[in-house]
Amino acid sequence: MNGARKQPVQSTAPAVRRGGYSPFWELVRSRFLEFCREPEVVFWVYGFPVLMVLSLGIAYRERAVPEPRVEVVAGAATVADAAALNRPGSGLTAVESPRVVALERLRTGRADLVIERDEPVLERDEAAAAAIRYHFDPSRPESVLARDRARDALERAAGRSDLLAVEDVPQTAPGSRYIDFLIPGLMGLSLMGGGLWGVGFVAVEMRVRKLLKRFLATPMRRWQFLLSIMVSRMAFMIPEMLLLVCFSRWAFGVRIFGSPWAVAALVLLGAVCFAGIGLLVASRTKTLEAVNGILNLIMLPMWMASGVFFPRERYPDAVQPLLRAMPLTALVDALRGVMLEGASLASCWPEVATLVAWGAVTFAVALRIFRWV
Amino acid sequence: MTASHPAIRVTDLVKRYPGRPPVEAVRGLSLEVQAGECFGLLGPNGAGKTTTIEILEGLLAPTSGSVEVLGLRWATDEHRLREQIGISLQETRLSDRLTVGETIRLFRSFYAAGIDPDEALAMVGLESKSRARVDAISGGERQRLAVATAIVGWPELLFLDEPTTGLDPQSRRQIWDLVERCRACGHTVLLTTHFMDEAERLCDRLAIIDAGKIIALGTPAELVASFGVATLDDVFLKLAGRRLTESGWTETVSADPAPERPRTAGESS
Repeated sequence: MNGARKQPVQSTAPAVRRGGYSPFWELVRSRFLEFCREPEVVFWVYGFPVLMVLSLGIAYRERAVPEPRVEVVAGAATVADAAALNRPGSGLTAVESPRVVALERLRTGRADLVIERDEPVLERDEAAAAAIRYHFDPSRPESVLARDRARDALERAAGRSDLLAVEDVPQTAPGSRYIDFLIPGLMGLSLMGGGLWGVGFVAVEMRVRKLLKRFLATPMRRWQFLLSIMVSRMAFMIPEMLLLVCFSRWAFGVRIFGSPWAVAALVLLGAVCFAGIGLLVASRTKTLEAVNGILNLIMLPMWMASGVFFPRERYPDAVQPLLRAMPLTALVDALRGVMLEGASLASCWPEVATLVAWGAVTFAVALRIFRWV
Repeated sequence: MTASHPAIRVTDLVKRYPGRPPVEAVRGLSLEVQAGECFGLLGPNGAGKTTTIEILEGLLAPTSGSVEVLGLRWATDEHRLREQIGISLQETRLSDRLTVGETIRLFRSFYAAGIDPDEALAMVGLESKSRARVDAISGGERQRLAVATAIVGWPELLFLDEPTTGLDPQSRRQIWDLVERCRACGHTVLLTTHFMDEAERLCDRLAIIDAGKIIALGTPAELVASFGVATLDDVFLKLAGRRLTESGWTETVSADPAPERPRTAGESS
């Protein structure tokens, strides 16, 4: 091997050309190809939200409130009571059971109400016979409903006549159903997941691979790289949102009452805002385990408290300002305002301002502290 | 490039990593690499080779000392320098989801001027793998792809950090051919290695590094001659008192065969 280099070596230089490639679009193109070649990511971005709409839409499809189940404690007046409760129009289903069994069913939630009538001491002692005991759970709406309906039914059976004429007008218009409430929430949730994972996780993975360092070792402009990640994320987000809107309209007739352009603007703002948060999370994180944990830590409170699945008004008033300050809450509230109430973008200014603030601050900090190596 | 200045000039380079105690990976290193030569940094793992080359590449800031590359400085001319140098890092996992051709095209796009991506692949013998995904090619082919990304901008100065470590003989041969071809085209090459045969075959001049310092500098022939020994192995043995093994670790020459593992300073960063 000594002195082996002294052999003649082919020295024809290949032709050197200038230009011909746009680094920015090549970066976007690479990101796009990488995304399309990850089937599991494609599922999480496009399949999962649609499955969620489908399953929740079916589970909560509009349906008359089921008839509460009433247990009548077996005794002297049982047969007459059960018949009165089961009369058509009473809105109840009553069965007769021994006292212990009935109370056990109420306790375990299989019955909504237990009716117990004191045995009259004497056949003609009317006052004593009138004592009726309703066992119910005041924290369960169906239990409270059962008690009111049972009282009406028993009173009417005992001869009460209603004094006021009433008419029931059922209302199940699109826009007021659970699925209408849910869709803006799921859009927000998708934007949050896509922004945080699609930017935060991707950037950290590239750092772990030392790909960021390798890119830094080329003349590539840093802003072009960061912008390419953002732009590709925006591009993946558009079909994601269209899919959600179109699918929910096709499957459940969910409509957008406000301006579609206002919805588009909010979606874009939300996507940029969450991309900024994702970039901030990624700016210093060195391992995939850490970025995983941080992203879950950020997303979990918003999953629960931003009012995606149930109104955030369920939480105490004292924490509402905190909830309103969270980016997902702002996004979902604004989307609901536009989609369900037909509100204009201008009337959502507090939410828009919250999103802009989150996006601007996280971007500014992320760009300042982002570590490439 | 006019050869009015050396390709690389380093004076009194020091790199200290903070810690308890602080680790001094490079301890006062000075060298000059002339334009058009192939220069080797030879030494065991942990000697400070990677730290030194990453400082020269502008990826790591020195604690003290001055660095001049192609007559320019990193602080003021970073973008110009990046256009003129090509780098292969010791460890990079290129994207598994792209093909070989897409990867090289992406790297070509970063440079204002360069060679055809297919040409770069041909130079490392990967022209037939252009459509293969990066996760479907062998480790040796991936390393060759990494070197192809370093030459696709047709740089004046090429940095290769341990380009053949862990490679099969065929891939190794291909990288050697590539280095020789680059050199024949007038490029300057700076490479690190712990393989004596590689240093001897490829490098016009060598700096033997141990514990963050240059312990010998010269052409392979000069080094061998000046110490009156037969091979570069013997030169290192004579200077460091240990034998440099194929794994990159050193072992003492006494009866004790256990390799001595020096504290790793810059090699793992």
